[in-house]
Amino acid sequence: MCSRVVITGLGPVCSIGIGIEPFWQALLDGRSALSPIEAFDASGYRSKLAGEVREVKIRDFVPKSYRKATKVMARDTELAVIAAKLAAQDAGLITRGSEDADEGFAPDLTRIGCQIGAGLIAADTEELSRAVVSAQDDAGKFSMEKWGTESNALGTGESGMNNLPPLWLLKYLPNMLACHVTIIHGLEGPSNTIMGAEASAILSIGESARVIERGSADLCFTGGAESRLNPLGLLRWDYSGRLADTGEATDGSTITKPYDPDSKGGIIGEAGGMLIIENEHHAKARDATIYAEITGFGAAQTPPPVFPGILDQPDPDPIDRGLEAAIESALIDANLSQADIDLIMPMGIGVPNLDAMELGALRSVFADRLDQIPRITLADRVGNTMAGHGGLMAAAGAMCLASQRLPANSSQSQPDTINHVLICSGSLGGQSGALVLSKPQ
Amino acid sequence: MTPKKQRVVITGMGWVTPLGTDIDNVWNKLLSAQGAIGPVTRFDASTCATNFAAEVKNFTLTDHLGDRAHVHSAAGLGTQFALAATKTAWTMAGLDTTPPNLKRTGIYLGAGEGVLDYPPYMAANIAGWDSQARKLDSVAWIAKAYEGMNPIAEIEQEPQLTLTHIAAELGTMGPTLNCMTACAASTQAIGEAFEIIRRGDADIMVAGGCHSMIHPLGMTGFMRLTAMSTRRDDPQTASRPFDLSRDGFVMGEGAGIIILESLESAKARKANILAEVAGFGSTADAYRITDIHPDGKGGAGAISAALAQAGIDPNATDDTGRPLVHYISAHGTGTQENDKTESNGIRSVFGKLATQVPFSSIKSMMGHLIQAAGAVELMTCIQAIQTGILPPTANLNNLDPACGLDHIPNKPRDENHRGGVDVCLSNSFGFGGQNDTLCLRKYKD
Repeated sequence: MCSRVVITGLGPVCSIGIGIEPFWQALLDGRSALSPIEAFDASGYRSKLAGEVREVKIRDFVPKSYRKATKVMARDTELAVIAAKLAAQDAGLITRGSEDADEGFAPDLTRIGCQIGAGLIAADTEELSRAVVSAQDDAGKFSMEKWGTESNALGTGESGMNNLPPLWLLKYLPNMLACHVTIIHGLEGPSNTIMGAEASAILSIGESARVIERGSADLCFTGGAESRLNPLGLLRWDYSGRLADTGEATDGSTITKPYDPDSKGGIIGEAGGMLIIENEHHAKARDATIYAEITGFGAAQTPPPVFPGILDQPDPDPIDRGLEAAIESALIDANLSQADIDLIMPMGIGVPNLDAMELGALRSVFADRLDQIPRITLADRVGNTMAGHGGLMAAAGAMCLASQRLPANSSQSQPDTINHVLICSGSLGGQSGALVLSKPQ
Repeated sequence: MTPKKQRVVITGMGWVTPLGTDIDNVWNKLLSAQGAIGPVTRFDASTCATNFAAEVKNFTLTDHLGDRAHVHSAAGLGTQFALAATKTAWTMAGLDTTPPNLKRTGIYLGAGEGVLDYPPYMAANIAGWDSQARKLDSVAWIAKAYEGMNPIAEIEQEPQLTLTHIAAELGTMGPTLNCMTACAASTQAIGEAFEIIRRGDADIMVAGGCHSMIHPLGMTGFMRLTAMSTRRDDPQTASRPFDLSRDGFVMGEGAGIIILESLESAKARKANILAEVAGFGSTADAYRITDIHPDGKGGAGAISAALAQAGIDPNATDDTGRPLVHYISAHGTGTQENDKTESNGIRSVFGKLATQVPFSSIKSMMGHLIQAAGAVELMTCIQAIQTGILPPTANLNNLDPACGLDHIPNKPRDENHRGGVDVCLSNSFGFGGQNDTLCLRKYKD
């Protein structure tokens, strides 16, 4: 990348920690938190465990004047808002969203962008069911006739759809993550919402860096957030074939094992993973703490087959070619070779055939060196947190560079110096992204 | 590395709209102010406050993809629209006969989520309700869901899978991203794709969007927001942007796909160049999730940024006194709020020239294609540049003075007598204060 883009704020929110200090400590301690889902009764599901974010209340993370608006936030939005607040705080920013901060840097809001990776948000099942049962026909099936407000079958006002709150739709638009964050903090620069399943946050962070590079913003709130811990969301991910049947197990770390052919499958997680990134000059001028520099970004598409809806699939390629291409582009962008990479952070979601394809891509890039490079995965600690995952990986990678330490349970012992970290992800639809983070100069 | 700042041109386009799928045919309908709005046929909307929409009619993927259609038989409606529009665009660009470097060819869409699989989903929602406890019984819900809900139908609702289908069809391996910024999505997708080529990360991008929200909960969401017209007695003229009597937007559906290409690549292939992308602007209102900032400053910011990148001064005129921007395709939804604030935004950017810049909304005819709207509207700008004719705003009989610009009421305008159409803007704004504007220019070597 030409004009340098640096990471100055970290806001990870996931099952092992809320905020960078507890998150990093949990990684150093080698903790994982994959336990029975509490958000709703998931005992009827095949996969009953998750990396769940507990004991945080959205009210505590928004200005008092904004508390009312939290009623129209889906869980995904809450996680993004909390993570954004923590990242801004960590970066020492003062905005209208930080009423509790007494000192910090107040940036030019027209020069701040916001790019947040998001997932498909499921409507609240309880809220919808309550409304839908009011519109059944005699056979107990959903009746559009009764759902409409002009229905004669029910008095106007009692009708099915009027049981949904007026702002119902606005809770489920994926861009609401970025919209609430921009409104809370007053960010008026370019805003985007990128959806690429597990690759969403990496793609968002990369695009965000490009927004700064091209001069359209000085600083961006970026990353991703997602929660599928609701009836429809969990079902859809179960249907993707990426979740383990967890049976009677209560600790997911015994189930999901990255790159292990005997792994029983993936475990879902929920997370917000937000960063503050900025133009290096801007960061230095305000004397910000720089964790890492974003030196490379690559995006690519895996040729199908990767999902069941496309019918004429050839035999699966044992190498995820899109991921391979994304990594190669990111290395070229960073003006580095594979030999320069000191640490790899891939997904390792614990689904053996997918892990094998991912490993195939890494081996294709790193050849024999792959087994000597430390590799860190988070999915076995916090679950596959989908659109939030890349933000968590970037926070962990940035901490490795800033502290020159590795989390516990890394695949290799620590190198003498950690200069360059590769973060990469494929996804359900084959959209792939890779970032290179480097030790700040 | 010093990034190469590439010029970016458009070499192909395709659309699936409520007015049809053939480029010239749809264009001629737009010029004759024909509407496509009628009763909802996709589901029983008879008791809905809004029981009409602009549906895509008589569409089958086989008509566009031939035998290849079966490969995508599980694809949702929006994905099928996008596949058909992509086929037209790809062929028009000549990429079927001169295949590009697929690793340098990417996709950037604003593809919307798929349509819910209603019967089994609603059955689960009914089975899951515990009427005694008056709360959800998620064990009963999932039991019914596992019984009836289909894995492929659920996965296909993930919006980014539209791109996977297109990649499967074309074999592309370059950067592939989907953005969901509500009604601004496909304008944003094209703008971001333009930036990807400009900075040298790809040579060719398939860009645009697709969406269908003409389904029970899609329509429900907007009815609850009271954002849609309820003119049940006269649906054909229900979409009335800038008119005093406007009462909301009319739901449409479809897809718009363009082929963006670096000038270098287009020249090397001797491709026919339709127009050049000159600028892109994107801002956030940072105001409210429900309302646009009343002075239209977010929209104005996006327009100003797009013009600045294109190097066009909105307050300047040419030798004949004509403003340098020859046409603006409005977001123009037909809601009270949008049309007024968007017009205010135009006034704040163009100052005293504002009334001299033609500014119309084709949503008056084909409704609001939601995430596909921006791409389809940009294509009408390409047509305007190609033909020198501007599409009208239909159903505009009593101009709202709060809008009060040159909205090209009811009849198209032929600009060929004064040199045709060189520069166009296309605006798209989304819920939550997402504002995006693209600037197109007639291609000159």
